[in-house]
Amino acid sequence: MSLFPLEAFLRPLAENPWTYLVFGLIGFGFGFALEISGFGNSKKLAAQFYFKDLTVLKVMFGAIVTAMVLIFLSSAIGILDFSLVYVPETYLWPGIVGGVIMGVGFITGGFCPGTSLVSAATFKVDGLFFALGVLFGIWGFGETVDLFWNWWNTNSYYGRLTLMDVFQLPTGVMVLLVVLMALFMFWGGEQLERIFGKRDLTKEPRLRYAGAAALVLVALAIVVIGQPTSAEKYARVVLTREVEGEKVQFSAEAVLEDRYVQVHPGELLDSLADPRLRVIMLDVRSEADYNLFHIRGAQHIPLDEIASSLPQLQSLHADNVVVVVMSNDETAATQAWRYLVAANIPNVYILEGGINHWIAVFGVDEVGIRPASTPVADDALGYTFPAALGDRYEAADPDPHAWKLDYTPKIQLQRRRAPSGGGCG
Amino acid sequence: MAVDVPQTESRGLFKIRTKPYVHPYVGGALLGLVLFLAFLLTRNGLGASGGLNRLIAVVEDAVVPGHIDQTPYLLKLAGGEKNALDDWSVPVVIGALLGGFVSGLINGRLKVEINKGPRVSNRTRLGMAFLGGAIMAYGARMARGCTSGQALSGGAVLSAGSWALMMCIFAGAYALAYFLRKFWN
Repeated sequence: MSLFPLEAFLRPLAENPWTYLVFGLIGFGFGFALEISGFGNSKKLAAQFYFKDLTVLKVMFGAIVTAMVLIFLSSAIGILDFSLVYVPETYLWPGIVGGVIMGVGFITGGFCPGTSLVSAATFKVDGLFFALGVLFGIWGFGETVDLFWNWWNTNSYYGRLTLMDVFQLPTGVMVLLVVLMALFMFWGGEQLERIFGKRDLTKEPRLRYAGAAALVLVALAIVVIGQPTSAEKYARVVLTREVEGEKVQFSAEAVLEDRYVQVHPGELLDSLADPRLRVIMLDVRSEADYNLFHIRGAQHIPLDEIASSLPQLQSLHADNVVVVVMSNDETAATQAWRYLVAANIPNVYILEGGINHWIAVFGVDEVGIRPASTPVADDALGYTFPAALGDRYEAADPDPHAWKLDYTPKIQLQRRRAPSGGGCG
Repeated sequence: MAVDVPQTESRGLFKIRTKPYVHPYVGGALLGLVLFLAFLLTRNGLGASGGLNRLIAVVEDAVVPGHIDQTPYLLKLAGGEKNALDDWSVPVVIGALLGGFVSGLINGRLKVEINKGPRVSNRTRLGMAFLGGAIMAYGARMARGCTSGQALSGGAVLSAGSWALMMCIFAGAYALAYFLRKFWN
């Protein structure tokens, strides 16, 4: 496990009341930094939009790139586990529409919610009125969101999607590009201030060149060091299992070896029928095998594309989600399990014996499904099918009440991490 | 550019002389450092509207008991026995108020005043501030986060949605800025 984020912040805060104090101190620094930058003054904020004073752009992007290079540097050297860091989920269209509305509110009122608080705290009456307006707007949203509830919750949802995922770039390269873009914007902003705000750039501190160079150097270091690979993260994973009433910590490989996460087909069937659980089945076999036969409800995701399942899996916040990966036997499924566990996905299990075991239990009597006549290789499909019927076999969707199977239950729900959600969530 | 240099004789509460704002790059680096520490220690970024949202939920629960339990959106904040204030965003908001206050105090900027363009009345300015706040907050809830929680925090961890949102905030503001130029200048 990486040192950061601190363990206490992964649990409900009430378990460690001092965590509230930490958040209070962070808030204090937040308000203080906003105030000394001039963000309590609406005229300064609005000047951004008339190109006279680009303080908003400089402070905002200055803060974003500073925090970004430090975050990804910490991740690169292994002290921060980035998969535990809260990344706001992408709901593209609600974000776009909401963003434009926010821009309109910004130029109308001269603040955003955070800056209006700081402004009100320094007795600015316009800041106070804006903050009151914010409270009214929040209330108004809560009362009207029902009208477009579905759109708001399901439209263009991409989960924990990062720019690295979108542009298919290594993290370091993306960080470097954002730094270069920010520096270009700073330069452009200064030119605008010179033209529209009649600012004398020769009086600007020379030290800012050193700051720019430092940002580029750190970004380059992040490119060179690279982010921890899945294997490196996997080696650090510690899993907790309850064994005979005692909580025991294991390395991930020990959990595999002691077969704590391989669930019997009978347990999977019962879990699927259990209304308290939400079971997500990931079938990591080839498309051909998947088309021949798969369990009803299993999503097809080939092993080499398992990474693309992360944005969705990492943004599932419910406590009752169980992920079961499966291949024909266990080899590919175990690979997928290692990958998901390294990415800190909780409650991931493997279908014991894979699809071959599933069919051996539920499909023995089904007409058409026959064991392969010659022995097959490891993790290959051990049955032949009359046609590629996918999940239209009876064995693809057995009746849970018709089967009473003996198995050792393996699924133990690990409590998910304390709800995070954005600062604005 | 004169915004950084307040009038020499301006004073705040307790006659503390008003000091100029820090250089924007210094302010940005400092804010970035706070943001980084927030992510490093707690895995969460910064936020403002979320904490206020919870405040509203508590008030609503007190004024109209039962209403929250029928509104799905409020339900997840404060439904049933849940205490809407038991969330990290609440101490952050309280801390931000204090931080702004202390900085305003020591820098001589604690002053009852209305910042506005030279051509508008106080009344118009305050009305527009309220209206702008309401519009902004509505958009922020729709986008699941305000400038702090989404643009700043999501921007620093390279969330794709946050970057799209950030561009839209600037686009929306710039698109309307021309029509409001008399209001601010």
